[in-house]
Amino acid sequence: MSRETLRGAVSCAGIGLAGIGAAPGYSHLDLLGLAVHAALEDAGLSLRDVDGLFTANMANILPTLTTAEYLGIRPVVAVGTNTGGNYFVDHLQWAAQALHARLCDVALICYGSNQRTGKSAPPDPPPYETPYQPRDPISSYALAAARHMHVYGTTRRQLACVAVAARQWAQRNPLAFARDPLSVEDVLASRMICDPISLLDCCLVTDGAGAVVLVRAERASHQRQTPVYLLGCASAQTHRQISQMPDLTVTAAAQSGPRAFAQAGLTPADIDVVQLYDAFTINVLLFLEDLGFCKKGEAGALVEGGAIAPGGALPVNTNGGGLSCVHPGMYGIFTIIEAVEQLRGTAGERQVLGAQTALVHGNGGMLSAQSTAVFGTAAVL
Amino acid sequence: MPEAPGVVFQRYLKGGELWLQQCDGCARQIFYPRTLCPYCGGNRLQWRRASGAGTVYSTTVVRQRPERGGDYNVAIIELAEGARLLSRVEGIAAESVRIDMKVQVVIRAGTDAQLVVFEPTQSVGV
Repeated sequence: MSRETLRGAVSCAGIGLAGIGAAPGYSHLDLLGLAVHAALEDAGLSLRDVDGLFTANMANILPTLTTAEYLGIRPVVAVGTNTGGNYFVDHLQWAAQALHARLCDVALICYGSNQRTGKSAPPDPPPYETPYQPRDPISSYALAAARHMHVYGTTRRQLACVAVAARQWAQRNPLAFARDPLSVEDVLASRMICDPISLLDCCLVTDGAGAVVLVRAERASHQRQTPVYLLGCASAQTHRQISQMPDLTVTAAAQSGPRAFAQAGLTPADIDVVQLYDAFTINVLLFLEDLGFCKKGEAGALVEGGAIAPGGALPVNTNGGGLSCVHPGMYGIFTIIEAVEQLRGTAGERQVLGAQTALVHGNGGMLSAQSTAVFGTAAVL
Repeated sequence: MPEAPGVVFQRYLKGGELWLQQCDGCARQIFYPRTLCPYCGGNRLQWRRASGAGTVYSTTVVRQRPERGGDYNVAIIELAEGARLLSRVEGIAAESVRIDMKVQVVIRAGTDAQLVVFEPTQSVGV
């Protein structure tokens, strides 16, 4: 996206969720269909209006064909780029480009997964890593966490504070899957999976689906819901396999973040609410640092001080995140949906009062691909 | 066509030696074997025997019940010449492997192909 042409050019007209938690018997497409229907109803639009489709998953090698056929639509723009769980945030920029260029009029970004109750096959195994039997993705994130602890003195307690903050937010979200009380001690005492990542440093494995409808901002006055505008979006990638990551303590969010902020004309200090792809607790520390919310190596202390939990100065993952709300294989779509809820002011007990700006950040692969987007209300256009 | 990079790599391993490509253009050591240099895009790559000396860049212990084989180490090793690869450190307890530990290559027979693993070059605690 370039700042001159695309800042505020499109807005989110509808969001939908379905099957959060467990949905036995439903296929990933069944769940996707429910979420798409909810999002279109939310937008006051119908499937007939959708002419741009942006989707991918781990089950279908031709995801836009399979999904469009299921939905009964014939999109004129179909993008199925798959870089892992960040792609939903990445697709925002291609949807914005397509809408702005009038290649399509209603763009649908959607995803569904039955990872908890269905069967799923792992993606293509990297040939030069698989023989060493890493338990991926956990091992890869554990290697990153171990390096961060070694270089910056980050502690397991600090990582645990990420999981506890997520749970505290989830307790304010009736849709969240895990809402039982959780303490730092609980996290530290949970079973070690790949040192230093223990069971409760890992995201949930749930079913779930989400859908987002985007339109050109000129239609905003006709929208059923309060428009939420896309102000900036950028992606960057560094590797596929963890051993090829240039520096295990710095992700490509250090490139995608500044580019998204520049388009939006905002800085981290201007952001009211933050949604970070928290597949593991270490993710949140890495992204807080790489996106500029604190200096490199200081996120552990920031989180330990309570900044990202309810009542803190920097609300992060207000839906409970992948750690406590929902994580059906890929989580990125849910960062967008929660940001829109917050900027509409419809987030109920977890609402960040007066939120006008939101950052969403998606992560894909083994910290491989990073996408950052900034949203705002009409007040910041 | 010349012999494929992956085939050359395995042939050297079968001989008990670790050889990797080095780029004529930028002099970087390359892992995994390829047909072009990922650092400068050059395609003049020379096979050179690696010293086999390395340093643990990061390490984890994959926890596994004893009846399924028990815990094991997974580590990223940075070779003295610069390339990094996923591997494991053998010869000491999985949880005793430390970042910055000096290690030396050992070639092991794997199920389908030869495996590049490492052992500490110093005794634990030194």
